[in-house]
Amino acid sequence: MAVNSADRIRARVLLQRSDFTLNADLHLPGTGFSVLFGHSGSGKTTLLRCIAGLEKAAAEIALGDEVWQSDTVFIPVHQRPLAYVFQEASLFDHLSAQGNLDFAVKRARQPVSQSEKSAIIELLGIGHTLQRYPANLSGGERQRVAIARALLSKPRLLLMDEPLAALDEQRKQEILPYLESLRSEFSLPVIYVTHSVNEVARLADHLIAMENGNVMAQGSLEETLADPDFPLQLGEEAGVVLDTYVTALDPQWHLAQFEVGNGFGIWIRDSGHRKGDMARLRILARDVSLAVSPQSETSIQNALPCTVEAITSDNHDALALVKVRVGDAPLLSRMTRRSVASLQLEPGKVMWAQVKSAGLV
Amino acid sequence: MHLSDSDLSAIWLTLKLATLVTLILLVVATPIALWLSRSQSRFTGVVSAVVALPLVLPPSVLGFYLLIAMGPNGPLGQFTQSLGLGTLPFTFTGLVVASVIYSLPFVVQPIQNALTALGKRPGEVAATLGAGPIDSFFHVTLPLAKPGFLTAAVLGFTHTVGEFGVVLMIGGNIPDQTRVISVQIYDHVEALNYGQAHTLSGLMVAFAFIVLLALYGLRRRNKQGGGSWL
Repeated sequence: MAVNSADRIRARVLLQRSDFTLNADLHLPGTGFSVLFGHSGSGKTTLLRCIAGLEKAAAEIALGDEVWQSDTVFIPVHQRPLAYVFQEASLFDHLSAQGNLDFAVKRARQPVSQSEKSAIIELLGIGHTLQRYPANLSGGERQRVAIARALLSKPRLLLMDEPLAALDEQRKQEILPYLESLRSEFSLPVIYVTHSVNEVARLADHLIAMENGNVMAQGSLEETLADPDFPLQLGEEAGVVLDTYVTALDPQWHLAQFEVGNGFGIWIRDSGHRKGDMARLRILARDVSLAVSPQSETSIQNALPCTVEAITSDNHDALALVKVRVGDAPLLSRMTRRSVASLQLEPGKVMWAQVKSAGLV
Repeated sequence: MHLSDSDLSAIWLTLKLATLVTLILLVVATPIALWLSRSQSRFTGVVSAVVALPLVLPPSVLGFYLLIAMGPNGPLGQFTQSLGLGTLPFTFTGLVVASVIYSLPFVVQPIQNALTALGKRPGEVAATLGAGPIDSFFHVTLPLAKPGFLTAAVLGFTHTVGEFGVVLMIGGNIPDQTRVISVQIYDHVEALNYGQAHTLSGLMVAFAFIVLLALYGLRRRNKQGGGSWL
C-alpha cells in the first residue's frame, strides 16, 4: 500500500456530554498498530468516532500535513481517506461478500489492481465466501470480509473498533492471526480499540491507556506496559511484552532461547521455531522473582542480571510491583512488600531476575 | 360480467389517479421520512402529528378544508389563480393534490419505520468507505429499506384507489375528470343498479385481496430467504 510512513497522526478532541467528558490529546506514529486501551465507558470508541468524523466534537485532527478537522475545517467522513471496521459485523446485507468488496473498490481513494484485490482476499482467507450473502456467513467470516472491504478502500488510516469483541473465543483465535499478518505486511497505520489485554499484547506497537474520557498514558507498548505506575489495574495480567527473536535452539530438551535486553536470553519451550524467527514474548510480573545472587539450586533456569528502576505499591497492600531493566529491556516483578524490605530494594540496586516462564503471543 | 363505458372510464381514471399520486408521494414522503427517522429536533413530534392527521380525521372534514383552501378565496386557490391555473376543485389536478395529502401518512410511515429499523450504521459504514450522502442513499439506504418502500407504494396506491369522502367533497362527480370507481359505485347504488354495483365492487375486493396477498407473500419470502429480492 502506498502509505507515507512519515505520516504522523494527531488528534486533540474535546467532547462535553451531560454525563461524560472526553478530553484527549494523541500523538501517534504514522505506522503500526496504535491501541486505545481501557475499560468500557472510558471513551475509547467515542474518541475513535471523533477521529473518523462520525461524532461531532471540538477537535483538531490531522494526518501528516493534511488537516481533517480544526476550528475552521471539517472534512466530512466520506472525504477522509480512512476506513473503519465496526465492532459488530457491518456488511451490507443486500450485497454478496463480493458485492461488499466491490462497493469499496469502486469508491477507493486510489485505483485497486486485480493483484492487490487477490492479495487481500487471500490474506484474509475469504476466497470461498465471495458468492455468499452476509446472512449465510459465520460471524468470523463476516468480520474478515469487513476487514478486507476496509483495506480495499485504500485508506491512509485504518480505524478498528473492538473488531473481535462480538465474537466467541474460538472465532477470536481464528481472526487474530489475520490481524497479525495485517500488522506485519502493511505499513498502514491502524488505530485499534480494545479492552482486552491479550489483544494489546498481540497487536499493539503503541499503547494509549484511557480512563473516564482521559488519556492516562501513551507510548511504545514495551515501555508503557512496563511502567509500574501504569494507570489501569491489570491485576494478574500485569507484565511486559517484548519484541524479540530466537537466538538458539536446544533440540534435546525442546527449548528455544529468545533474546532479551540486547545480549541476554531466556529459554522457553520450543514451539517449532527456527533460529532468527521474530516473536513476541509476554512476561507476567507474577512469573518474575528477584534474587541478590544467581541461584543454581532452583528449578528456574532463566536468571538475568538487572538493575532496579522503580518500586510501586500494587493493588493489594501486601504487594509491590518492581520495575527492573535487563540490558535495555524492562521487566516487572510482583512480590510482597516484606520482600522489598528484606532485600532492601531501591532504585539503582543490581539484582538477578529469575524468569519462571514466558508466553509467546 | 358486464362493464359499461362509464364503468371502464371510471376504472381508467382511478388507475391513472392512483399511479400519479403514488409516484408523487414516494418523492414527497421520502425526505419527510428521512428527516423524521434521523433528526433529533423537537419539531419531529409536531411534524409527525400533522402527517398523521388524515389517519384520524373524517374524510369529509379533510375534504371540506381542502375545498375552502383550494377555492377562489382560499390561500391555495389564490396561489393557483395567480399562476393562471384557475381553481382546483372539481378538476383532476385538484383530486391529485387532495389525494396526496390524504394518503401521505400511509406512505410516510412505512418508509419511516423501515429507515428507523435500519438505523444509522449502514450510512456510517458507507461514509467510511467513501460514499457521499446521495451515493449512500441510492446504493445503501434505498436497497436495504426496499421492503418499506414497497409497502409504502402499495398502501399509497390502494388507499388512493379506495378513497371516497374526499373525492365527493372536492371532486364531485364529473365523468373522465373526477368520477372514480368508488363514486361510480355510489351512483349505481343510488340508481338502484345493484348488478353493476356488484360487478365493480367485486372487482375492487378481488384487486385489493390480490395486491395484499402479493405484498405479504413477498414479505414472507424476504424474511425466510435473506439476501435481496425483487
